[in-house]
Amino acid sequence: MPEHPEPRRPRRETVTHASALGDRPAPRPLHPPARSEIDEQTTLGHTYVRSLMRSQLRAALTALGALALLVGTLPLLLALPAPEALVWAALGAGVYPVVWAVAHWYVRRAERNERDFTGLVER
Amino acid sequence: MNQTYAVAAVTAVVLATVLIGALGLRVSRTTSDFYVASRTAGPRLNAAAISGEYLSAASFLGIAGLVLVQGPAMLWYPVGYTAGYLVLLVLVAAPLRRSGAYTLSDFAEARLESPQVRRLASLFVVGIGWLYLLPQLQGAGLTLEILTGAPDWVGGLLVAVVVTGTVAAGGMRSITFVQAFQYWLKLTALLVPAFFLVAAWHGDGAPRARFDAPATLREHTVVRVADTVRLGLDAPLTLTVTGTVDSVRYEERPVTLGPGTHHVSGGTVLALPPGAPVPERRADGSDPLGWSQPLAGGRDGHQLYATYGLILATFLGTMGLPHVAVRFYTSPNGRAARRTTLVVLGLVGAFYLLPGVYGALGRIYAPELALTGSADAAVLVLPDRIVGGALGDLLGAFLAGGAFAAFLSTASGLTMSVAGVLAQDVLPSRAVRHFRLATPLATAVPLAVGVAASKVPVADAVGLAFAVSASSFCPLLVLGIWWRRLTPPGAAAGLLLGGGSALAAVMATRAGLAPGGWPHTLMAWPAVWSVPLGFLTMVLVSLATPRSVPPGTAATLARLHLPEEFTAPVPAQEARR
Repeated sequence: MPEHPEPRRPRRETVTHASALGDRPAPRPLHPPARSEIDEQTTLGHTYVRSLMRSQLRAALTALGALALLVGTLPLLLALPAPEALVWAALGAGVYPVVWAVAHWYVRRAERNERDFTGLVER
Repeated sequence: MNQTYAVAAVTAVVLATVLIGALGLRVSRTTSDFYVASRTAGPRLNAAAISGEYLSAASFLGIAGLVLVQGPAMLWYPVGYTAGYLVLLVLVAAPLRRSGAYTLSDFAEARLESPQVRRLASLFVVGIGWLYLLPQLQGAGLTLEILTGAPDWVGGLLVAVVVTGTVAAGGMRSITFVQAFQYWLKLTALLVPAFFLVAAWHGDGAPRARFDAPATLREHTVVRVADTVRLGLDAPLTLTVTGTVDSVRYEERPVTLGPGTHHVSGGTVLALPPGAPVPERRADGSDPLGWSQPLAGGRDGHQLYATYGLILATFLGTMGLPHVAVRFYTSPNGRAARRTTLVVLGLVGAFYLLPGVYGALGRIYAPELALTGSADAAVLVLPDRIVGGALGDLLGAFLAGGAFAAFLSTASGLTMSVAGVLAQDVLPSRAVRHFRLATPLATAVPLAVGVAASKVPVADAVGLAFAVSASSFCPLLVLGIWWRRLTPPGAAAGLLLGGGSALAAVMATRAGLAPGGWPHTLMAWPAVWSVPLGFLTMVLVSLATPRSVPPGTAATLARLHLPEEFTAPVPAQEARR
């Protein structure tokens, strides 16, 4: 067990008047430069948005490709003379874990894309 | 089947729905509460609600019925219903939530800045919603008819009244609770009896369900053919007939029918000996049961084409169903919308392991349902057939309650979204009291059509709504979210041509206007050509009208794709979640 199981929180303070903040260093600007580019919709800001869209679209297309490959080809496979048990196993149960796994991969990937983007912009 | 138990179960489900709805009513205060539960439903609650709303009569009754009649190829329906959520997740879930709109019409307007496209989208929302409500109400009618012998419009009316009441009174907040409850109810109602049924089947020597040959009856069976049908026989069959077969009238007389197709008039009672093969129903243009036959019957390329038609319709159509789309606005932010969808995929997938079991057991123990045109009832009659006695009655009642939960939950979601659009875009003011006026209108139309229209197996009827949605809203959402050059004229043209042609093709087939062979298959399963048509029209018309690209496109797309912390100030409460 670590000695301080909880991370230290800043103490709550009641702000009464402006001079209370006077002796502290000036706060960091709220919006880092890249962020204000996005807020103000400059060309550079658009480039940031486009790069996020591209990475998210790539993740989406990868997931769709996996779906097409793993599930979309099943009708062709099952059109071959296959034992009926195979149809039951594939459509009755097997497809669902596959679909879920693809979805799980996508959600993690999409969130990572967003984290990377936040890191890039807030740096 | 014991009526008392079944009626008690249905009553309990209806009461619980009203009661939980009333609990929600106490916290439904503001307009935002009313429409989208103030966007504070957590992923678990919201996912259960989405699944509860999504698993309709088609899932609870329809799939088992289709599997009974046509075999395991029908399992493409639940696979498609599930995979549709994956496509929705990867292409639209988070951006749709971040668009901040309530309905698909709001999305269309926010993205394209055009009131005209908004109105057109509203028309499609209402149309698809009604197409989807129709089989729910018909399924309720069928269930109540089988349980109690009530006329087939009573069940539909009951569902319509309960849904109109809960939705008008509480709005989305109350149906979020109601539907989360109904998911778990539906899952339990299908899961628990399945254990007993499979155990009884195992104790019976585990007979195999055969789909490659006509099913055989296990005992002496009397069936009443409700609508006029054509039956096909491979070998001579001796049976007792009361009614009209091949234009000859019989009164409880043994008749031997030769191989070939026979015409059996509606109302005829057939008594079949044990061991007799169940005559197969042969499709013709007007027989709704023949609808999904290309999917199972292996005529050269038809089966493959029909399967891909179904896959495209369900995979791409889910995102445009009005009651599905509206649910995403109840997530607090885009990330939660994604995680919610992931949970939904798990919940829905778990549920869909069950209907196939009922279908296979139905093929063994109740194959004559295929004859009478009430295969949708397979789930309900199986406990009585396989288990029997008081336990069978109890399980049957449980299933009946689950079926009603299915009608109620899907119908509430659809009513909610259709009424929302009617109130916002059709009726004059946007105040909540108009929403309350719009609710009865949203249910009355499909109820009236349902009484007049002929019955189509519910899973098939739902397929039509999917095809229209895949050809209209799928292109609008996907291009709207990912393509900067979409213009209002392009969107309008794509909606009309894609969605319109899918609707026209299916309606024409249903009306018996399609010629046989390939044209029939192409028109009955339009998604393969109508989805590309919708996309292509949207892209080409947009490229031809580059000056109409909405001025705010870049800002809108930034809002759709950027994580919430970058976009407009979010209230502290929402940001924390």
